[in-house]
Amino acid sequence: MTPTEYEYLRKFLRDHSGLDLSADKQYLIESRLLPLARKAGLSGIGELVQKLQGGSSALVTSVVEAMTTNETFFFRDKVPFDHFRDTIMPEVIKARAGRRSVRIWCAAGSTGQEPYSLAMSLKEMSAALTGWRVEIIATDLSQEVLEKAKAGIYSQFEVQRGLPIQMLMKYFKQTGETWQINPELRAMIQHRQLNLLHDFAQLGSFDVIFCRNVLIYFDQDTKINIFNRLARQIEPDGFLVLGAAETVVGLTDTFKPIPERRGLYKPNDARAAAARPALAGAPPRMAVMAGR
Amino acid sequence: MKTCLVVDDSSVVRKIARRILEGLEFEVTEAEDGSKALEACQRKLPDAVLLDWNMPVMDGFEFMGHMRRLPGGDQPKVVFCTTENNVAHIAQALSGGANEYIMKPFDKDIIADKFAEVGLIPVGQAMV
Repeated sequence: MTPTEYEYLRKFLRDHSGLDLSADKQYLIESRLLPLARKAGLSGIGELVQKLQGGSSALVTSVVEAMTTNETFFFRDKVPFDHFRDTIMPEVIKARAGRRSVRIWCAAGSTGQEPYSLAMSLKEMSAALTGWRVEIIATDLSQEVLEKAKAGIYSQFEVQRGLPIQMLMKYFKQTGETWQINPELRAMIQHRQLNLLHDFAQLGSFDVIFCRNVLIYFDQDTKINIFNRLARQIEPDGFLVLGAAETVVGLTDTFKPIPERRGLYKPNDARAAAARPALAGAPPRMAVMAGR
Repeated sequence: MKTCLVVDDSSVVRKIARRILEGLEFEVTEAEDGSKALEACQRKLPDAVLLDWNMPVMDGFEFMGHMRRLPGGDQPKVVFCTTENNVAHIAQALSGGANEYIMKPFDKDIIADKFAEVGLIPVGQAMV
């Protein structure tokens, strides 16, 4: 790949997805786009760039999707899900005991492993959630990825990454070489296409937002903008969960880290209140937790 | 250093598993069937057993039953690693005392994830 081609792709990705690659991410482009180029019958990155310059709209979508899709697996990094079980949900269960409902947003839901991991965690604590309305909204930029998440069908390789065998047995059904997550868990999740660069106020207000390993792709100003908009969608006592390599520190004071709970943040009362318009959460469809 | 006994009748599989496990800082010993594995366990129990199912002389499931009845035999973490990739076999293994189950083919990531799952290696190490 020539420097000119790299610069073209950097600008192209910034314009189309907000993805802001630093000057040294040639390997990332090559590892993601070379297979795509080959699949499209092109000789390499050079020819791919020519096609993009020629205005091939089908390729635009595939290139954006190939570059923004993350490797993901069940209970990725484990710790955030321990926090979810041991810190977040006990507090939510106490705080929402009156209205008995919880809204959770997976802002980079990808192929579904994260929202389904949360759904499994909630099932595991269903005794404490009997009669609760539980809503998980999973959003992703890519339609193709959302379709996979919706189907909840995973290869044997995928179900062996991060998923304890007992959970595989409990929550999946084997069909030939693949495994599909149970309808009951699929019904807990709404999948929606969403670009974080665009307005997401219509999603309503959340008790918990998982926004992991997606902001790393954005430049500082975009990150700050997204944090400020996330602050408007989160309840004053809600939780924001970021990826292991991400933080709000030095970017915004609308969220503050929770001590001893890596990756966990709470809205900063005064700042978040100022950023928040007087809106009520608009909960559309909800799954009722049946309990055991 | 933790110890892992790799039980598989294929020397190629044992070699691949050994390389992965040594990378995860295990001291590895090998056995080519359940009977040889049981002899090894009677001498000294390992911390972990990576266990194939179908083998000549004594299969992995039978071996696990014998090993679990040895003094201290409830201690080793047993991780099946087999081409028996169906729910019936997995359920049988778990009810027979297996801690985790790997469906072949496997790679380093899967072994690291599964070993972290049963506490044989710290979670962070599986991320590398």
